[in-house]
Amino acid sequence: MTHTSKNSPTFQELILRLQAFWAERGCVLQQPYDVEAGAGTMAPETFLRVLGPQPYKVAYVQPSRRPADGRYGENPNRLFKHMQLQVILKPPPENVQELYLESLSAIGIDLRQHDIKFEEDNWESPTLGAWGIGWQVMLDGLEITQFTYFQQCGGVDLNPISAELTYGLERIAAFLQDVDSIFEIVWARDPEKSGEVKYGDVRLADELQFSVYNFEAADVEKTWRHFELYEAECRSLLERYAALKKDRASGHGIAREKARFPLLGAYDLCLKCSHLFNILDARGAISVTERVSVIARVRALAVGIAKAWVDQQKSESSPVSDKSDEDEPAREKKPKAKKEKLSTVRL
Amino acid sequence: MPDFLLEIGCEEIPARMIDAASQELRERVAALLNRERLSSSGNLSSFDTPRRLAVLAPGIAAAQDDVTEQVTGPSATVAYKDGQPTPAAHAFAKKAGVDVSQLATISTTRGEYLAAKITKKGRSAAEILAEELPKEIASLYWPKSMYWRQPSERFIRPVRWLVAMLDEDVIRLEFGGIRAEKTSRGHRSLSNGAVTIARAGTGYVDALRHAKVLGRDERDQQIRKALDAATRTIRGARWREDKALLDKVVNLTEFPSVVLGNFDPDYLVLPEEVLVTVMRDHQSYFAVEQASGKLLPHFLTALNTDDDPQGLIRHGNERVLRARFNDARFFWQTDQKISLLERLELLRHVTFQKDLGSYYEKTQRVQRLCSWLSELLKQSGMAVRPGVIHKAACLAKADLTTELVKEFTELQGIVGGLYARVQELDPSLPKATRLAIADAIYDHYKPESTDDEVPRSVEGAVLSIADKADTIAGMFALGLVPSGSKDPFALRRQANGIVKVIAEKRLPFRLTKLMQDTRAGYQGSEAEKKFIAPRSFEDSIRTFFYERLEFYLRDVRGYALDVVKAVLAADADDAVDAIGRAAAVKEVMMPEFQVIGAACKRIRNILKQARENGFEPAGKFEYLPGAAEEEKTLMAYLERTSPRVEVHRNQKQYLDALLLLSTARELIDNFFDKVMVMVDDEQVRANRLALLQTLLKEFSTIADFSEIVIEGKNPSKTDS
Repeated sequence: MTHTSKNSPTFQELILRLQAFWAERGCVLQQPYDVEAGAGTMAPETFLRVLGPQPYKVAYVQPSRRPADGRYGENPNRLFKHMQLQVILKPPPENVQELYLESLSAIGIDLRQHDIKFEEDNWESPTLGAWGIGWQVMLDGLEITQFTYFQQCGGVDLNPISAELTYGLERIAAFLQDVDSIFEIVWARDPEKSGEVKYGDVRLADELQFSVYNFEAADVEKTWRHFELYEAECRSLLERYAALKKDRASGHGIAREKARFPLLGAYDLCLKCSHLFNILDARGAISVTERVSVIARVRALAVGIAKAWVDQQKSESSPVSDKSDEDEPAREKKPKAKKEKLSTVRL
Repeated sequence: MPDFLLEIGCEEIPARMIDAASQELRERVAALLNRERLSSSGNLSSFDTPRRLAVLAPGIAAAQDDVTEQVTGPSATVAYKDGQPTPAAHAFAKKAGVDVSQLATISTTRGEYLAAKITKKGRSAAEILAEELPKEIASLYWPKSMYWRQPSERFIRPVRWLVAMLDEDVIRLEFGGIRAEKTSRGHRSLSNGAVTIARAGTGYVDALRHAKVLGRDERDQQIRKALDAATRTIRGARWREDKALLDKVVNLTEFPSVVLGNFDPDYLVLPEEVLVTVMRDHQSYFAVEQASGKLLPHFLTALNTDDDPQGLIRHGNERVLRARFNDARFFWQTDQKISLLERLELLRHVTFQKDLGSYYEKTQRVQRLCSWLSELLKQSGMAVRPGVIHKAACLAKADLTTELVKEFTELQGIVGGLYARVQELDPSLPKATRLAIADAIYDHYKPESTDDEVPRSVEGAVLSIADKADTIAGMFALGLVPSGSKDPFALRRQANGIVKVIAEKRLPFRLTKLMQDTRAGYQGSEAEKKFIAPRSFEDSIRTFFYERLEFYLRDVRGYALDVVKAVLAADADDAVDAIGRAAAVKEVMMPEFQVIGAACKRIRNILKQARENGFEPAGKFEYLPGAAEEEKTLMAYLERTSPRVEVHRNQKQYLDALLLLSTARELIDNFFDKVMVMVDDEQVRANRLALLQTLLKEFSTIADFSEIVIEGKNPSKTDS
C-alpha cells in the first residue's frame, strides 16, 4: 500500500490547487464570508448570486460553523467548524461532471486507481427555502463532495439553475494524507526547516473553546435576546423595502431608492439569526416544538430577502421601474418541514 | 426492415429508479411502434446502466404501409343533377383529392351516397420517431425530476447525449437541447470516452462492452461471481445474500468488480445489527459470515472499476469503515451511561407530533391501550403475558434519545431491544421474562413493509399494533388523513402493518373498534380540543381500513378482486374472519353462486322498491293460507337449513355453510319463476318481503355474491 503522504498535498496546498484549478476555468476567487455561516451555501456569493438571470462563476473556502457538531476536539472525525470549498457554476456547463473529475486529478487523485461513484443525494435546506437535486460523490467509499443542481433558493424557482460543488476539505485531506484523525492532517510544511504544522496545531484550541462556549457557557437568555434583535432589525428592513415598492407617489425616485437599499445588510442579519439559533440548539435551549417554529422564522427572513433581491436586481437592469409593483411575485413553494440544523449542507 | 436503437445518455440516474424507468421506456417505445404501425411484435430489449437507458427493436418497418380508406360524401341526390355532377360533387372530389370521374356511389341504410377511395401515404419510421420519441422521453415517470436548461424540460438528471438510429442512419431527433448522433459514451475511467455506434442492432451492446459498459444482467452475474471468488479466499465463509443491496450496487456500476476488505475483530463485540446497518445501509457493503450465520471481520464492496491492483481502494474503504465503527462503538458505550428507564423521562422533551404531544405522553397512551388489548386477548382465551407487554410498552420509545438511534435512525426499536437485553432491566424478573420484554421492544416497528415479518411473540404483536394504532388514531382525529401520494407519516404502511399482524397472529381485534378505543386514549388531552367529530373520524377510519384490508387480501393473500369485494361487503372489520370467508368463497366459485348472486341483487332491488313505496316486510315470515307451493318450499328450506348454517358460521366453517346454502339455488329459481312478490294483498306481500329479507341475510353474512364474477355465461333465468 503506497499511500505516499510525502507527495500528497498539505491542507493549504489542497486549497491552493483547487482554487487554481477553478480560477483557470474562469471562476472568481472569493474570500470566505465574514459572518458566521453553517455552510458555503449560506454565503451571499451562493445564496444571492444563484438568484436572477446573471451568469456567475465563483469559488471560495467557507469555514462552516455547526455548534452542535463540536466534540471538544476529542473525536477524530467531528468538528464544530469545518472548511468547505464551494464552487458555483451558473449556468452549469455541459461538461460540469467532467470538470469536477478533472479537479480531483488536479489534487492528485488518479481516477484510474480509485473507485468513484455518484450516488443519489438531494439537498434541501428548509431554513433557506432552498433545495436541489444531485449526488454525494463517493471516493473509495468516502463521501468527498456534495454535487447539487440548485432548483430553488429562497423560495424562488431558479432560471438559469446553478451547479454547486461542495468539497469537504478535511475529509479529502485526511484521505490524501492517509491519516485517521483530522487533527493529524498536515496543514503546512516549511520547505526550509522541513517542519510540519498539523491541523490540530492550528485549530484544536478553536474546537475545544467553542465547544465549551456552545455547549456550556453561552448565556441562553442573552443569546435569545440577540436572536430577537437581529430578527427584528432584519424584518424592519424588509418592511421598509416592501413599503418602497408600494410608494407610487415618489415616481422615478424609486429606482434609485431601491438600488441603494441595503438588502445585503438584511441578509447579514439573517445569517446572524441562523447562527444564534444553532448555538441555542447546541445549548439544548430549544424544545423540539419550538424548533420548527424558529426555523420557520429564519426561513421567512431568507425568503423575504431572496424575493426582494430578485426585485432589486430587476429594477437595476431595467431603469423604468415604475411597474415594479406589478411584477409577478416570485412563486414560493413550501419546503417540507424536516428536522435538521440550520446549516444543512451535509458533508 | 431496419433495426432500431434509442439510447438516452444521462448523468448518473439514482440506482433505485433505473429498473422501473428502463421498463417504462421499453413499454413506451413498444406502444409507439405498435400505434404507428411500425412493429407489432413487441420484440424489444432494454439496455440500461447508471448513465443510460436504451431500447433496441430488431426489424421494424422502414415506413408505415399506405392506407386506403373509403370516405363518404354528400348524398347522390344532391351530388348529381340530370346525371351531371353538381358543385357539391366537385367540392367533395377536391377535398378527397380525386377526380370527379373516380367518385363512386354506394348504398347505405340512409340511401345512396357518394364515396371516394383515398390512399394515405405511409410516413417513414425516421420521420415519425423523430417526432414522437422526444415526447415519450419527456413523459417518463420519475419520483423526483429536475430541470437544467429551462424549466419546461425535465428529466431525472441532465441528458448529455442521445443515440437514435435505424440501421446506419441517425434519426433526427432532439431532446433537452441535445441532438441524436451516432456517438455514445463508454465507462468514465476505463474507456476513452466516445464510442461510435456503426449500426443499430446487437453491435451496439458489443461496442459498449468494448468500452467497458455492461448490461444489467451481465453486471449482476459479474458481481455475484466476484463476490463468490473473493469470499472463497476465506475458509468457511460466505457473503450474506441481500437482494436489495445487490440490485443497488448493480445499478451503481457500469463495469463492476469486487474487493474484499477487513476490519478489526474487536468491533465484533458490537451487535451484529449495528455492524450490518453501517456496512449495508451506509456503505453498501456485503457482510461476510460463517456457515452458522455468525459475522466475520470482513466486508465486500462492489467497485465501478475493474481492479484494485495496489490495494488503494481496499485501503480507503477500510479506513472509512473503521471511522464509522469507531463512532458506533463510541455511541454504544455512551448510551449505556443512561438506562432505558431513565431515558423515559427524557421523552418528555421529544415531540411525537406537534398537536399530539411528546413521546412520553404517547408512551402512556400506548401502555394503557396495551393493557386493554391484553385483557381482550385473555378473554378470548389466548395465552399472553400482560406484564411483558406493559413493561415493553413503557420502554419501547426510550431508544429515541440514544446517540446510536440519532445516528442510525433505521435501528429504532432494534437498539431499544438490544439495550433492554444488555441492561438487565429488573433483576427481580426471571430471565425469560426480561428477554421477552427485550424481544417485544426489538420487534415493535415490524412489519415495516408487506414483505417484512410480523413480531415473533404475541406480546410484540400487541405492542406493534398499539403503537401504530395510536399514531393513526391521533392523525385521523386531527384530520390528517393520507390522500393520493401524500402520506407524510406513512399511515398507510402502518395500517397495513396492523392488518398483517392481526391476520397472521390471528388476533380477535375488530379494526373500527380498535381505532375507537385508541382514540378514546386521547381523552382529556390537549390534543382532543383539535379533534374532528367522532362520527367523521369513524367514517374516514372505516374507509381507510377497508382499503388496507382489501389491499392485504388482494396483494398479500392473492385473492381475486371480486372475491375480496364480496367478502368485505359482508364485513370489513374482522381481518381474521375475512380471510376465512375469502378462502371459503374462493373454494365455491361455482355457477350456483352466480345464480345466487343475481338473486341477491334482485332481492335487494325488490326490497328497495318496497321501501320506496312504503311497503314494510312482516316481522317474520309464516305459512299463510293459500301460499304458493314454491313459497312454502323455500320457507321450509330456510327453517330447516338456517340453524345448520348458523352452527357452521359460528364455528367459522364457512365452506360448509356455503355448500349448504348452495343447495338453495333451484328453490330460489322456482320461487322467482312462479311467485310474484309485489302483490296487492298487503299481508301476503309483507310476508313475502319478510321471506326475501331473511333469505338475503342468510346469504350475505359471509359474502355478497352479487360481487362475484364467474367466467362463462350469464344465467338468463334470474335476469331481472
